Amino acid sequence: MTAAEMRTCEPRTRSFRASQLDWFSFLGTGATGFATVLIVAILLVILGNIVWNGLPGLSWRFVSTGTASDMFDVQKAGILPMIVGTSARVILMTIFVVPVGVITAIYLTEYARINSLSTRVIRGAVNNLAGVPSIVFGLFGAGFFVRFVGKGMDSMLSGDKAVNVWGQPAIIWASATLAVMTLPLVIVTTEESLRAIPQGLREASLALGATKLETIFRIVLPQASPGILTGTILAVSRAAGEVAPILFTGAAYYMADMPKTLHDQFMDLAYHVFILSTQSPNVDKTRPLLYATVLTLLLLTFALNIAAIFIRANMRKKMRMLH
Amino acid sequence: MGLHRGHRAKPLEWIAERLIFLISLSAILMVFLIFIFIGREALPVILGRMDTSLVQRVIPVGDMDKTSPKELGDYLGVSEKQFSEMDHETRQALMEAKLEELKSSSKDKDAAINTTRWKYLLFPHQWTGYEKPAFIWQPISEIHKYNIVPLVIGSLKATLVALLVGVPLALGAAIYVSQLARPRVREIAKPVIELLSGIPSVVLGFFALIVMASVFQKIFGYQSRLNAFVAGVALGFSVIPVVFSIAEDALTSVPRSYLQAALALGASKWKAAWQVVLPAAVPGVFAAVALGFGRAIGETMVVIMASGNASIVSWSIFDSARTITATIAAELGEAVFGSAHYRILFLIGVLLFAVTFLTNLVADLVMHRLKAKMEGKR
Repeated sequence: MTAAEMRTCEPRTRSFRASQLDWFSFLGTGATGFATVLIVAILLVILGNIVWNGLPGLSWRFVSTGTASDMFDVQKAGILPMIVGTSARVILMTIFVVPVGVITAIYLTEYARINSLSTRVIRGAVNNLAGVPSIVFGLFGAGFFVRFVGKGMDSMLSGDKAVNVWGQPAIIWASATLAVMTLPLVIVTTEESLRAIPQGLREASLALGATKLETIFRIVLPQASPGILTGTILAVSRAAGEVAPILFTGAAYYMADMPKTLHDQFMDLAYHVFILSTQSPNVDKTRPLLYATVLTLLLLTFALNIAAIFIRANMRKKMRMLH
Repeated sequence: MGLHRGHRAKPLEWIAERLIFLISLSAILMVFLIFIFIGREALPVILGRMDTSLVQRVIPVGDMDKTSPKELGDYLGVSEKQFSEMDHETRQALMEAKLEELKSSSKDKDAAINTTRWKYLLFPHQWTGYEKPAFIWQPISEIHKYNIVPLVIGSLKATLVALLVGVPLALGAAIYVSQLARPRVREIAKPVIELLSGIPSVVLGFFALIVMASVFQKIFGYQSRLNAFVAGVALGFSVIPVVFSIAEDALTSVPRSYLQAALALGASKWKAAWQVVLPAAVPGVFAAVALGFGRAIGETMVVIMASGNASIVSWSIFDSARTITATIAAELGEAVFGSAHYRILFLIGVLLFAVTFLTNLVADLVMHRLKAKMEGKR
């Protein structure tokens, strides 16, 4: 027998590929697939329940009138002041967080050396900030913005310790607290979009005689603007649903008026959900009101989330074409 | 990524670039400030400078004229200005009332205790009216009791349930979506699961309180409608997107060659995923679970709404529980600024911050190692 024949004669004693149904693989695939389906099902059940129960209570009158005399009155109470309050606080927050977040991302992508100490410390701080619990931001906002910055402003502006204009919970402090909370989100998404821009664009701009700063602000940032927009939208959507950071920094249980100045308190949509579900004198009676409020909040945050997903997908497509 | 120029920057540009650098340090500044400003409010308790003991020096009514107005004002609990505006009769009446109050309160031997000492914050104590030493959190009672053990147990209970519910589901889905699913399924499933993170925690809390609590009570038939189990399950829903997206990321970052080699050796897709890709991504999975833990223990609105908020020491998940986060959220608004209660709430805030800080740090280091390893081998 030749060597070649010998090899073909002896059958392999063990086969890697099982001939019959492989139970281990079957069960494993089934279990993980089931987990995926279950998560999607949970999401659908939550959304379905809220839409189904909330839709009947949603009307133009509901979103366009104030709380009337009784905020638990199913027939008359509206949520306009809460919508205004939440919108105002997220817009203010955007003004605070976007410049700082974008500039930090510019430093990290365009200037910093990849493994220098400052880069690593900044990145570590950003990651850590992203994991700080929202209630800790609330404590921080109360201790730093309200007690320290606000009180400091009062005594500096008037010189009188008894004056208390800025040194109390207010919409500006709530927004500032939320800005600190969403800073990592804006930094990370902006960084991602800056990195996606082909190096060739920067090189071409520099070769034409533009300075580095001109290149960044005229070439890189405009190209990255959809990414920055995505980050901003995600930050707004995250902030709009947060309650814990604004509990002690500006949200009010009830206010007769809308906030007019930066140092006013405000009523808030997400906080209102909390109030309606825990403080209601009769939960069964106010249930339609509660569901409609939750649906409004959810529509707001989800619309923003879905918009972010689409902008991001669009930008990825465009970047692929540029490469 | 940055290109480096061969010449020096123009002066104006140099200034702008320094500014960019300074602003980029704001994230570090914020972490630092959080630490300083939460710690600052808690410092008197940490250093043992607070005193909640109710026993005071007694000033007899007859001694009223011998003591200074300031001392008397402090003794009666009124400001100097208020005190000077009172006439003699009012002062005398106040002194007598104070004397009565001190007499009645000193009957309780607990009144002499400074309850903010570490001994009373961490260890059980036999308070008057209790049969045996107990861990008690009762900041509003006559003797303020600030034992933080019930809160820690409450937090751990809810977090444990959340991880038991969230982690298996999220990891299973991460394996399926990243390794087993067809590209079309993957493209739909991934954003849909991540959409779960778009549900605000107050909405999850609302859902747990209004819908889940009643349904679960019918199924399991336990006694208290709101408990650590309901809160934990809802908390699990908020943990899922965190664990899923990080674990999915880690699994996807394992080089394709690992998978291809396993498949070429005749492994089924599942075997390749379970025996080759998953072991390579274990640090990433660990980081995902750690961050999920940080998210669960720091979550506020879900637990304040669904856990029942009774501060009892019990390891049963079907008992009502009060967590650290819910305690801060519920009580800080009522706590008097600068009081022992106020400072202790900041103290447990420091505790929470420290725990999540460490969790993040560990997760970050592990992820960094994994990334370096994977990029090296690609």
